[in-house]
Amino acid sequence: MSKTMNLTLHVWRQKGGTDIGGFETYKAPEISEHMSFLEMLDVVNERLLADGKEPIAFDSDCREGICGMCGLVINGVPHGPNAATTTCQLHMRHFNDGDEITIEPWRAAAFPVLRDLVVDRGAFDRIIQAGGYVSVNAGSAPEANGLPVAKPDADRAMDAAACIGCGACVAACPNASAMLFVAAKAAHLGLLPQGQPERYERVKKMVAQMDAEGFGHCSNHYECMAACPKEISVDFIARLNRDLMRATVVERDHEEKSGGAG
Amino acid sequence: MSMAKAITLSDTTIGKKVVMAVTGLVLYGFVVAHMLGNLQVFMGPEQLNGYAKKLHDLGPVLYAARAVVLVSLVLHVVMVVQLLSRTAAARPIGYRLKKNQTTTYAALTMKFGGLALMLFIVYHLAHFTFPGVSMAAGYKHSATDVYANVVSGFKVPWVTAIYVVAQLFLGMHLYHGAFSLFQTLGLSHPRYVEKARFVAQTLGIAVAAANIAMPVAVVAGIVK
Repeated sequence: MSKTMNLTLHVWRQKGGTDIGGFETYKAPEISEHMSFLEMLDVVNERLLADGKEPIAFDSDCREGICGMCGLVINGVPHGPNAATTTCQLHMRHFNDGDEITIEPWRAAAFPVLRDLVVDRGAFDRIIQAGGYVSVNAGSAPEANGLPVAKPDADRAMDAAACIGCGACVAACPNASAMLFVAAKAAHLGLLPQGQPERYERVKKMVAQMDAEGFGHCSNHYECMAACPKEISVDFIARLNRDLMRATVVERDHEEKSGGAG
Repeated sequence: MSMAKAITLSDTTIGKKVVMAVTGLVLYGFVVAHMLGNLQVFMGPEQLNGYAKKLHDLGPVLYAARAVVLVSLVLHVVMVVQLLSRTAAARPIGYRLKKNQTTTYAALTMKFGGLALMLFIVYHLAHFTFPGVSMAAGYKHSATDVYANVVSGFKVPWVTAIYVVAQLFLGMHLYHGAFSLFQTLGLSHPRYVEKARFVAQTLGIAVAAANIAMPVAVVAGIVK
């Protein structure tokens, strides 16, 4: 038989970017242990709507842990108490009857709150944009074994590419630093032969954009790695530091020409 | 999109941390050398005073070394002030509830501990290096008898207490600083990262313990 529980939620409510916002307390009775955390919030919202109240705004899309849209700070931990789990994949069986749950949005100046628990993560998109292009031949698929990639490099590139850009690293960091995200994005191209032509320029531009967005600096607390639903390693941060040093101290600047072909 | 100006390393938060790592390494070297010199207090007045004389007789070499340490300290502090002034704005609204999962007490006290160490350095210089500004009652400064300075300087329990507390902060600062250094300089590797943590912890504890032993030995009457 399936267990149900009665919960008390303390939820951050904020009408918009200029609203001061504050916590509201909601009762969430008869929540099934089989619900995901977001389904629990769906139920709470149905009840709020039925009462003619404004539902709690939160982000979600795929609800299968791969899109990076969802993300709530649940009882002080981004994505909640389970390791390597997104909020949508966190199930209510990890909570107990009578629990009080505090739900907050990601907190960072670079992630302004749009409404309630929804933040604008456009800063991440701008960092990716700043990284620029990759020189690969478009058109028909290349011969599969034409470009050899060492297995450990392919594996590590995949580990880095597992980043879904949810922003939990920023939310967890005591400094609101985006180093783990930037490190993962720089590494997944930088580890592969296809990413080599722009490797050092890309790192410089992404780090410059990261700083321009107002994220904090890294001070090696490693809270990012603990919060990451994809378990991205801080090892990539060491690699980012290494690449940036080489990019700025050793490598020559790529001359940017306007109006070039391609 | 307009092209950003070519960046230099020191413009970036990572570059500022690289400067902190390198200057931190210099300061770590100074701390160890300072400790090894001072530990000669346990070998008697002749040994310590003889060492102090040899050090002073180095003349220009000593002043060059001091200049390197001073420049490193200034750069270390300037970088951290620049980083903290940025990062203070990175999270204007904090969490009502935030649970840290992996960070250490040493990492979380870097800022406060660093400030405490800065104040301690000022006090320490006022205590032993610049005569006439001692805060310990009954302390008589001698330019040549370093051993006597140590004994009379640490006779006062609250002075010793300040030193002991400062060394606890120093030990933690050295631990997190040394461990972070590998990561910041891009030298960290899963193969030895846990070993590096162990070495950083052990050295931090060893330096703090050795530095604490000296004033405590005076208070306990072992060094007299």
